[in-house]
Amino acid sequence: MSKFSELGNALYSGTRSIDFIGRRKVWYAIAAVMVALSVILPIARGGYNLGIEFKGGSEFRVSGVSSQPLTLATDAVHTVVSNVDVSVTKVGTDAIRIQTAQMKDVQSEGVRQALAKAYHVASNAVASSFVGPNWGADVTAKALTGLIVFIALAAVLMALYFRTLKMSLAAITSLAHDLVITAGIYGALGFEVTPAAVIGFLTILGYSLYDTVVVFDKIRENTFEVEFSETTTFGRQVNLAINQTLVRSINTSVVAVLPVAAILFIGATLLGAGTLRDISLALFIGIIVGTYSTIFIAAPMYSHLREGEPKYAKAAAKVNAAN
Amino acid sequence: MAVSGVTKSARRRLVWLGAMIVSIAALIGIGVATGSSATLTPKLALDLEGGTSIILSPVVAEGTVVSEKELQQAVGIIRQRVDSTGVSEAQVSTQGNNNIVVSIPGKPDDNTLKLIRSSAKLEFRAVIATNSGATTSVGGNGSSASPSASAKSGTKTSASPTDASDLNWVTPALQAKFDALDCSKQFREPGQVDDPAQPLITCDSSGYAKYILGPVEISGSDIANATSGTTTTSTGAQTNNWAVNLSFNDKGTKAFSAVTSRLYPLTDPRNRFAVTLDGYVITAPATQAVITNGDAQITGNFDQISSKSLADSLKYGSLPISFQVQSQENISATLGTEQLASGLLAGLIGLILVVIYSVFQYRGLAVVTIGSLVIAAVIAYVVIAFLSWRNGFRLSLSGVAGLIVAIGITADSFIVYFERVRDELRDGRPLNAAVESGWKRAIRTIIVSDGVSLLAAVVLFTLTVGSVQGFAYTLGLTTIIDLAVVMLFTHPMLQILAQTRFFASGHPWSGFDSKALGANYRGRMEFKTSARVTETKKAKASKEATKRQTLAERKAAQQAEGDN
Repeated sequence: MSKFSELGNALYSGTRSIDFIGRRKVWYAIAAVMVALSVILPIARGGYNLGIEFKGGSEFRVSGVSSQPLTLATDAVHTVVSNVDVSVTKVGTDAIRIQTAQMKDVQSEGVRQALAKAYHVASNAVASSFVGPNWGADVTAKALTGLIVFIALAAVLMALYFRTLKMSLAAITSLAHDLVITAGIYGALGFEVTPAAVIGFLTILGYSLYDTVVVFDKIRENTFEVEFSETTTFGRQVNLAINQTLVRSINTSVVAVLPVAAILFIGATLLGAGTLRDISLALFIGIIVGTYSTIFIAAPMYSHLREGEPKYAKAAAKVNAAN
Repeated sequence: MAVSGVTKSARRRLVWLGAMIVSIAALIGIGVATGSSATLTPKLALDLEGGTSIILSPVVAEGTVVSEKELQQAVGIIRQRVDSTGVSEAQVSTQGNNNIVVSIPGKPDDNTLKLIRSSAKLEFRAVIATNSGATTSVGGNGSSASPSASAKSGTKTSASPTDASDLNWVTPALQAKFDALDCSKQFREPGQVDDPAQPLITCDSSGYAKYILGPVEISGSDIANATSGTTTTSTGAQTNNWAVNLSFNDKGTKAFSAVTSRLYPLTDPRNRFAVTLDGYVITAPATQAVITNGDAQITGNFDQISSKSLADSLKYGSLPISFQVQSQENISATLGTEQLASGLLAGLIGLILVVIYSVFQYRGLAVVTIGSLVIAAVIAYVVIAFLSWRNGFRLSLSGVAGLIVAIGITADSFIVYFERVRDELRDGRPLNAAVESGWKRAIRTIIVSDGVSLLAAVVLFTLTVGSVQGFAYTLGLTTIIDLAVVMLFTHPMLQILAQTRFFASGHPWSGFDSKALGANYRGRMEFKTSARVTETKKAKASKEATKRQTLAERKAAQQAEGDN
């Protein structure tokens, strides 16, 4: 702790300071490259890896499989319907999930029997289900509406609280940055997009802004009446605020990411594909990107937007001349 | 021991918090004791309990919207169907503004699934032959029923039929099938779709009578309304006879007029028309008049209940919607338990990690963090148990994920507060003052940032469906709980602890060690300056410090100058 709190002390008093504001062109450039990659890479990969909920299809779950090979399932499906794409995933400790294109009732009954035979389980240990192609699209359409409404409301809320549209603008820009990059990482690495992943993605909304609001609150405090200061400028005060809240930002992010990492770990190792893994993966990426963007996008951008205002620019010119 | 005002108010808030938790818990306790549906544990959703969940979405004509009322009626129909199969504890509910979710515990058999998936279809077909007589009749208002004798008809001809009542529909094959039909056995596939242009062999829904029916002449969507009521005599006096009043829309009126004009002159059973719901005859009244105005009345051996039930069937069946299955998901009970266990394990690990990290970062203060998290968990538990009892809330896997994610977000507000207090300590305030002034600044930040989280939860809950909603619900709930805990537990606890020697003296393990925090303001006007700071900077800093002095400090400084 001592080292970390010493760092906190140094950052707080300003004896140690990282220049976030001055190097904003670097951060902007990095962000621009990241956003561009987030758009290009998924396209280059051939689009998102959409889950069955978006494509529609049949799904089978075989329980009591223990450690029998997954290839048995593919073969079993092909004995009933040849030339169909089969994706087999382990779910939980002793179950597997088989996804295929949507089948007719007769076919899926056949597959059910074939799977039961292949894995030597009773046929009622094989559950079959199917998802229409509209389900995921429906969820996503609603989620997108939610996203837009939320951004609009949050922008208004922040503008009212901080009494400046520019903070809203900077916060929403960094939020957009988080969303695009998280989606980009998903697309670039080919993670499966499921409704649960959409949930995780939406949670980033709340978290990313939460983080930004904490830092912005300090910025507001530090820049209060800064135009009357003879020793410091708007930009320096913003930078001080970022430095002063740096330890806090790191702590809140670590603490927020720990439980998410726990879900991700448990979800991925114990349960395999499923709700827990999908929610936490999107959130895991989102929290890290969100913390980064508050410091490197939101705050520098806010400073950028405001320090050009005549009253701050004039005060800053005076301070700089005095040095 | 003297108790300061701060401590008093802190204790009062702690008591309030305790009272809140105890009263919710007591309410649940009373609920359990009095045998209502309250349980000590929150009710689990299907993905944790195992079962099948089917999401149905309406298929509507382009440009039309399903109204809330129609959806509720559809829920009624589907619930009836599910209940009729003997499945217990099935839940049928609407989701969003146009989906219906059917949740069935365990694994339902194929018939139940097909029954749920199939759409309700109400159709009017002329009766060509039957083995039973009419028990109801249809006419204008005021007519009464006269059950007529049964007459089995089965003339075999080979000419092609000219109208929907034509006996020529009955081919030898059809007749053979009709003769072989045993209504006491299952003869229809659930969800079977019949060709509306072809005759139909079927039974009535009670399994007494069998029919050969002509092609579909009017569909249920042409019924404008159906109500039940007692009949009136020609003089307008109320009778005790129950009847079903049926009215058609324009298209239905024309069609019904044509059907009744054709059927009226015919003899029984061919003067009757059958109303089928999902292929079963629900009524087959004899025609007693040509009805041209679209207002018909079905009379017969009805009582209040049976007339209401028929009217409902006619009305429900007239819904212009059918449903398609959007998704169907089976979760075995084993997998459900496994998912719940994994979720809880993940939560536990997450909690432990957070605790370890906060001990590492905040030492003695971690006690407050742990205490606050435990309190938050207890509140979350009782509130969810309460809501699952009163509001039918069911905890799903995504809800559990929401709760776990909330651990971090809840702990975040403590961190915001602690760091604020540390900032105040760095400015040289004594601990109890720092706890107060830090609180004033932190609570604003906490409220607005929790406000943003809550806004996200509310927007997602209102605008989305299904698992997104479950997640948003728990996330919103825990955000509110977080606020309550910070105000009613974390702050008062810190106030009380600030009075203790261990914390107030800034013990190295208290997390508020002023040395470790490098409080750079040791007293009046004494700023600790780093050796690395240049002289000009030092001068600037002291200028700034002079500017930022409090009134008291300024006075003291002036006095000091005067003394010199």
